[in-house]
Amino acid sequence: MNKAITVASGVGSAESENTSLLSDTEFLESLRRQMHKFATLQLSDSHLAEDAVQEALIGALKNAKSFAGRAALKTWVFAILKNKIADTLRQKQRMAEASNLMHDEEEEEDFSELFDKKGFWQADERPATWGNPEGAMHEGDFWRVFQACLENLPGHQARVFMMREFIELDSDEICAAVGITVSNLNVMLHRSRIRLRECLENQWFAKGERPC
Amino acid sequence: MLNCKNVTRLYSESQERQLTLQERMSLKMHVMMCSGCRNFGKQMVTLRQAARAYAKGADERADKKDK
Repeated sequence: MNKAITVASGVGSAESENTSLLSDTEFLESLRRQMHKFATLQLSDSHLAEDAVQEALIGALKNAKSFAGRAALKTWVFAILKNKIADTLRQKQRMAEASNLMHDEEEEEDFSELFDKKGFWQADERPATWGNPEGAMHEGDFWRVFQACLENLPGHQARVFMMREFIELDSDEICAAVGITVSNLNVMLHRSRIRLRECLENQWFAKGERPC
Repeated sequence: MLNCKNVTRLYSESQERQLTLQERMSLKMHVMMCSGCRNFGKQMVTLRQAARAYAKGADERADKKDK
């Protein structure tokens, strides 16, 4: 972000670009959606999520003058949102409601169910061909399965997966935000993808395509 | 030679960084013989597409279409 601010102050046309950023409703709406999906899965509550996202967006847009472009604004909004979520979770924890939000105890795992001792697929775990993934993405039921699979991921894995794929932050940004190394991150992303893949295959693709 | 577990790790990392030439060659050799990993590789691409579509509201659009 520091880099972005430096760039903004060094470029003469930065002012006009900032103005267009604020009036770019399509970008802002899609940013709001991405953040809301992330916050909802973190907080398990759509309304709390909406509040957190609104606050984060307003907070960031107040300072919109400092941003060189979309990527910088997104990073900033996300940084604020992350803090809001942490605050909300802490409040929830105080109310002793947070016990079911974390799945940390499952974090240490091996994949002996999936792979044999030599690291090859167990016969019944070998990934199958997925019929028509593009078609699935037009079906509401597929997305309900998708969401359930995400919610089944261990907490830390879900968080970094969503930072990578929902918010589209790059590896360095995620490592800095979460305080982990790139190799930690790669391990977590690998596990989350293996799990998600398996869940989607078992819960959707192996069950056969549904009639439209 | 790579085993399937290593291959899935490389496919996952290929979503984060450009694999080295050697990594790409070893992957290619492995998936020529292994349909499970071949499917896995395609599914990693699908997973990213799906996650990004979901984050941008594809589920809400699908529900609207159903009604």
